[in-house]
Amino acid sequence: MYEPDNDDAASLIHYLLYLGDNALVLSQRNSAWCGHGPVLEQDIAITNISLDLIGQARSFYQYAASLEGKEVTEDTLAYLRGERAYYNCLLLELPNGDWGHTILRQFFFSVFQQQLYKQLLPSKDSTIAAIAEKSLKEVAYHVRWSSEWVIRLGDGTEESQARMEKALVALWAYTGEFFQPAEYELAAAREGIGPVVAALQPGWWQQVQEVLAEATLQAPEQGKTWMQTGGKTGRHTEHMGYLLAEMQYLQRAYPGATW
Amino acid sequence: MIMAILANISAAEIKTLLEQVSDPEVPVLSVIDLGIVRDVWVKDEKEVQVTITPTYSGCPAMDVISMQIRMLLLEKGFERVVINTVLSPAWTTDWMSDAGRQKLQAYGIAPPNPVPQVCHQELFAPHEAVACPQCGSWNTRLVSEFGSTACKSLYQCNDCKEPFDYFKCH
Ligand SMILES: [Zn+2]
Repeated sequence: MYEPDNDDAASLIHYLLYLGDNALVLSQRNSAWCGHGPVLEQDIAITNISLDLIGQARSFYQYAASLEGKEVTEDTLAYLRGERAYYNCLLLELPNGDWGHTILRQFFFSVFQQQLYKQLLPSKDSTIAAIAEKSLKEVAYHVRWSSEWVIRLGDGTEESQARMEKALVALWAYTGEFFQPAEYELAAAREGIGPVVAALQPGWWQQVQEVLAEATLQAPEQGKTWMQTGGKTGRHTEHMGYLLAEMQYLQRAYPGATW
Repeated sequence: MIMAILANISAAEIKTLLEQVSDPEVPVLSVIDLGIVRDVWVKDEKEVQVTITPTYSGCPAMDVISMQIRMLLLEKGFERVVINTVLSPAWTTDWMSDAGRQKLQAYGIAPPNPVPQVCHQELFAPHEAVACPQCGSWNTRLVSEFGSTACKSLYQCNDCKEPFDYFKCH
């Protein structure tokens, strides 16, 4: 058993929150498409992806809560933490924008998640390895679905291509954060719990480049963009507070309310 | 006088009992048909432990399923029912029983194809060939890869025109 007050356990909890927060925050964003998708089938697709992501977040939070002990549960982790205690990447909290914008973000993230989870399979932490194994099957669907849509929209009409180009410019500066490690990721790598995140970048870039080429979208030049960071250590964009306000409203207004 | 009721049931008998617990989203399937009950361990006359595995990470049916298993076994006289959830090895549609596949078909949901045949498609690969559960025709088309629940996609039969759910390979 882990001792909740030792440094390793604290770092592991941060790492689990990071993994869970990425999934939960994107899930919250995507779920806003429910009832608003461009066509019914794709509305269902994006909300199904939300559901998968909520499931992943729950697995990570349940494990984190078991290490924290005391009164901490998956729900208190989701509903009672303020923005500075959330560690998700900035990309995931940005407003949805149009459909192309949402799709491109999903694509960037799903390819990253797939690379990351594959490297979590041999984790020394068997619970993390099991969550990754379970989630990878779902992420494979997300990668395929979002890749196909990036290609359709990029290589589509003049209008759809213009929108994808705009989304690419808007989102690109937020993709570098995936590969810039926070302290808890460095610790996880040292302990054999997680991968060296910088090493995931070439594989991610390779796959992203192939899909962008197929989509006839001009891939940004490597190393030319200033990459935004901060989310992983709790320094968020101005959008994060609004996102949490909406997501947490009920538990804040009526503490402990249940269905 | 209150008599303590002691459960005296074997693990095999419990598995048979669990055939009464159905998936709330696909009520024709029991948790045994689905292959999500991984282990039953009768610790003693008072305690039983059931290990289950989720179909999809976010499947909202899992909480209802564990509650139903708990209620059933408490009713049968156990004082402590422990439900463990394991994620590894990850659930696959290959664990669905033959009886389950037949029940799905009869219910109007196309049962999953064997996993090695169709999973992990390339981008824009032709969609899985799925037989219509109504008329048996293979002349069907994918309407949406994601359907009414996480485990299904939506198809339509080109011959009898019926739309139907396909319990997708996973
Ligand atoms: Zn038919």
